[in-house]
Amino acid sequence: MNAITATAADIPETPTRGLWADAWRRVFRNRLALFMSLIVLLYVLVALFVAFGWLANDWDQSVGGSYEPPSTTNMLGTDIFGLSVLRKTLYGTKISMTVALVAALISLAIGVPLGAMAGYFRGIVDEIIVWIYSTLSSIPGLLLVMAFAFVLKDKSLFGQPLRGITVVYLALGLTSWVGICRLIRGEVIKHKQRDYVAAARAYGCPRWRIILLHLIPNVSHLILIDFSLRFVGFIHAEVILSFLGLGVKDEPSWGVMIDDARLELSRDVWWQMAAATAAIFVVSLALNIVSDALRDALDPKLRE
Amino acid sequence: MWNYVVRRLLYTPLIVIGVLLVTFLLFVVVQGDLSTEIAGRSASAETIAEIRAEYGWDKPLFINIEGMKQHGIEALFDSQFVKHFVDTVTFDFGRSRASKQRISELLWDGAGPSLCLTLPMFVGLLSTSLSIALIIAFARGTIWDTILVVICVLGMSLPSLAFILLGQYFLAYKLGWFPIFGYEPGWSGAKFLTLPVLIGIIAGLGSDVRFYRTVMLDEIRADYIRTAYAKGVSTRRVLFVHLLKNALIPVITSVVLAIPFLFLGSLLLERFFGIPGLGYMMIEAIGNRDFKVISAMTFIISVLFVFGNLATDICYALVDPRISLH
Repeated sequence: MNAITATAADIPETPTRGLWADAWRRVFRNRLALFMSLIVLLYVLVALFVAFGWLANDWDQSVGGSYEPPSTTNMLGTDIFGLSVLRKTLYGTKISMTVALVAALISLAIGVPLGAMAGYFRGIVDEIIVWIYSTLSSIPGLLLVMAFAFVLKDKSLFGQPLRGITVVYLALGLTSWVGICRLIRGEVIKHKQRDYVAAARAYGCPRWRIILLHLIPNVSHLILIDFSLRFVGFIHAEVILSFLGLGVKDEPSWGVMIDDARLELSRDVWWQMAAATAAIFVVSLALNIVSDALRDALDPKLRE
Repeated sequence: MWNYVVRRLLYTPLIVIGVLLVTFLLFVVVQGDLSTEIAGRSASAETIAEIRAEYGWDKPLFINIEGMKQHGIEALFDSQFVKHFVDTVTFDFGRSRASKQRISELLWDGAGPSLCLTLPMFVGLLSTSLSIALIIAFARGTIWDTILVVICVLGMSLPSLAFILLGQYFLAYKLGWFPIFGYEPGWSGAKFLTLPVLIGIIAGLGSDVRFYRTVMLDEIRADYIRTAYAKGVSTRRVLFVHLLKNALIPVITSVVLAIPFLFLGSLLLERFFGIPGLGYMMIEAIGNRDFKVISAMTFIISVLFVFGNLATDICYALVDPRISLH
């Protein structure tokens, strides 16, 4: 319809950049966001190094006495068992990044296909999917995550007992797909009217192909924005779950460290608390700024 | 419009049934038979059988065909699902495993302390963050706007546990301005509640101010604001009369969505400051593996939420003529 009513003035004189090229340019122009993405990258690298066993794999070896304050030998001091707080913090990075990444992937893997199906097929499929997510979104988030984690704990899946970190990312992933599902459904309903979908249908493209190769790539920027916004939430949720005893056990995570610190503070032992809080604070700050920049760069409503 | 209201009313039972199914799925199907865990290691087979009968784990999940063959057609519905359904709808959640109290009474007792904590916190947070957001809307584009936004992002990045731990450590333990721990009903409890309320407000400010700022800035670009300025309305009047009135719609939504959390209380705050509200109970129930309490709490709070949502949607339909079209 636009093509009919467009006049010469509507056609831009210079060729415009595509969405992603323009987004790249914007993120690069934003120095702060660039710096913050380097910090995020650093966290990811630390997590990878720990995962490969190159870093902090000796966190369970004692390096000194109980509650030694920070010094040149133990930069962040020691905990009650004489374990290095620095190593525990580094190891916690791996836990935190894994939880956030896997939980985000689970929620995308559920939310995106369901949203696309609801938006594309409409009718009874749509009714059922909307009913499921309306129900889930009627249960307050933290309550739902806690209920899931509580029930999943010590159950077995495919013969493997569920414990620790697996429970955390399953509980978070299975409960947090509603937002992206709703978003994708709305976008797909809009895109379905567009000419490119009609064209794909006209030349006999199967429906799963239209959804997978035509519609989802066109809403992928929303998926990226949602992913980056959710990441911080998952990091904070891991802390709360581990603190409540529903999460990580027998491994140092930032939540477990803060839980330990609850009793240490009254003895003026502040370093474990400070290390875990600082680790969370820096990565959340960086992610908040990066996701803001991504949203500014990718949201068509905010594009000039 | 009535079409919309009626449809919305009819949809509500469907959601309540959905919530019921979720609690059934979680706490009956996935949870499964815990009789050996409850009975302990050295329990006899009779004790285990007794516990299974008490919790209904000896019955089939949906329909009882065996029972029907033996006792006739009414025994067909003698199943775990029907029991869960009837118990939940009649608010008869049974007794807590740990304290042996009726769960419905426990929930009733816990709501008071939770509201004492969250109601002042909620009112304080809403009024503070709205005023700050209005100030930002007034000072948009200046250095003050930037500074406030930076503070908000910094505040959002700190985990809520850190706010609580640091607040309790410095203000109560180190400086001794507030009691560290405790609760008393009535006005004498105010001294115990001041610090948790304060911490709750400060911890929530970052994300709230940022949200309301976006709402205000969305509105401030609207045509009616330009019109108001153009016809010579003073800035103060534009902000507090024209802008605030229109920005209230998203604000009301977020207020209504917060109502169930008022009952739940702030889980972590209640735990740290020893306030015997619903959040505290929830954490205790997790520790005691008291799944019935968690299931009941999930259902009740969700139902409150569903009705809160219903009320807002109907209010919108009554107030905003644009909504009736959908």
